[in-house]
Amino acid sequence: MMSKISSLKNFNLRDKGAAFWAGLNLPQRAIFAVAMIFLAGALPFAGDHSFTNFLNTPISNFADVLVYPVGMFVLMSLGLNIVVGKSGMLDLGYVAFFAIGAYSMAIFGKYTHLNTWEILPIGIGFAMLAGVLLGIPTLRLRGDYLAIVTMGFGEIVRITALNTQKIGGPNGMANVPNPPSIHTPVGQLDFNIMTPNSFYWFVLVLILLTIWMIRRLSVRRPGRAWEAIRQDEDAAELMGVPTLRYKIWSFVLGAGVGGAAGVVYASKTLYVSPEAFTFNISVLILSCIVFGGIGNIWGVVLGGVFLAYLPERIRFISNARQLVFGLTLIVIMNFRPDGILPRKKREKILKSKSEAEVK
Amino acid sequence: MNLEIKDLRVFYGKIEAIKGINITVNQGEIVTLIGANGAGKTTTLKTISGLRPVTSGAIIFNGQDISKVPAHERVELGISQAPEGRGIFPGMSVLENLEIGKYFRKDRKIEMAEDLEKVFTLFPRLKERITQAGGTLSGGEQQMLAIGRALMARPQVLLLDEPSMGLAPMMIQNIFNIITTINKELGTTILLVEQNAQQALRRADRAYILEIGKVVKEAKASDLLDDPAVREAYLGTGAH
Repeated sequence: MMSKISSLKNFNLRDKGAAFWAGLNLPQRAIFAVAMIFLAGALPFAGDHSFTNFLNTPISNFADVLVYPVGMFVLMSLGLNIVVGKSGMLDLGYVAFFAIGAYSMAIFGKYTHLNTWEILPIGIGFAMLAGVLLGIPTLRLRGDYLAIVTMGFGEIVRITALNTQKIGGPNGMANVPNPPSIHTPVGQLDFNIMTPNSFYWFVLVLILLTIWMIRRLSVRRPGRAWEAIRQDEDAAELMGVPTLRYKIWSFVLGAGVGGAAGVVYASKTLYVSPEAFTFNISVLILSCIVFGGIGNIWGVVLGGVFLAYLPERIRFISNARQLVFGLTLIVIMNFRPDGILPRKKREKILKSKSEAEVK
Repeated sequence: MNLEIKDLRVFYGKIEAIKGINITVNQGEIVTLIGANGAGKTTTLKTISGLRPVTSGAIIFNGQDISKVPAHERVELGISQAPEGRGIFPGMSVLENLEIGKYFRKDRKIEMAEDLEKVFTLFPRLKERITQAGGTLSGGEQQMLAIGRALMARPQVLLLDEPSMGLAPMMIQNIFNIITTINKELGTTILLVEQNAQQALRRADRAYILEIGKVVKEAKASDLLDDPAVREAYLGTGAH
């Protein structure tokens, strides 16, 4: 029994995955990636087939659950992971950017003729702007102090929305328009209450874009800078890394992803109100990251999927589900304190690679 | 290269840590700051490298007052620091640690191989550990890495904050030999903060003695080694 537990602690799916990926050549990787994306895209149909319908959520519609919370949580976790996982800043007010994106969609959707596709960059822009405005004065703070300030920011945004009658105050805003249809070669893709699949694919595209962006940045100079800042901020500054600028960048990118999630959320639910943007969401998103494995994209995706899906899957046990949810968190975090798929600890890197670089 | 600190004052909140000191470092010298805990040695270095803001006074580097320049730009000007407690990146390999030492250099790709070679000549041990994570190195190796990483920026002046801290006597000897080599062979000017006054004074050209935020004595290092009062206060009576 004991050996079983310790092997569970040491079990390393990430390294197995990395080894598998390293063993593939370029066309094989492309095929694998396309197959995985196709599988992810086919997920909404899983609820209808007898051999996969164990996935189905008993009370809510499965495809709806895949959009919110699952897709949204994964997207936001990826965004927050840029801030918390990559550059090591604790942000407890991430929901603010989600709210700014959602309210952008609601306000522009109702009062202008812009459609969702046009509002998406605006919502992302506003969220990023909020990131800059919050980041410049606060990112000089570190650790706990930063966490408290960001937490305050999250509440300020919510309370401002609550008290601004122009945007509905506590009643929120209803009748947010759906996105217009997209004409594709294989047919028309509608976006309305009957077509959760379309929203799911939309979120999936955003998630894939975010993953692509993070992976690109990670291997380039910003990734190096974030890594250095996370490990030792003073030393990074002494190496010539403009730490404040890179911290703001990571904050702003994270904010933009949160804003994108907000736009999708508002155009899907057709209704935004302050109570959808409570401190709980910030904490839940942070839990997804910690649960899945801070700093590792796939861990974060897994964490987001699991923590968003589990409460919906066990909704039939009603009030007890929160208890089961909490217990699951405690048990799994005990067995895997670094998360399900922790980031690479980098005790050693591939020998041949580094030697080649020296030569 | 010329570094001049003029009437420098630094506060931590309401506490004045540096109470108006004047220090000059000339091209090619090894200058050492010695003093007891809390004398302000580390604060002085951190202020020169930009990690602590200046309250008043000036830091003149090559004729330019840099006291308002952010730390990451001072590296570009030619000031590098191996910080107290080494400050290496524990999760990065030795090679990655060295590479990031060149972070700001515009033509780092061209310079990289040459400067890595230079560092590995000084510290052959680092070459053996090249793929190992910084956090898994021994204390001495980490100190070597911290100095090597600072050299990657091709500094005009190298600030070393207690390089002998927590090291075995053999390793201390080794590190000080390399510091001398860096000064003599690479021509890098060195400002050295040390508690190991014996070693520091033997290696340095000039020395400043700091006491609670003030320079109490400034002299040639060899003179201080023979000064009875200094021997009494900082060198102890027995051999180190």
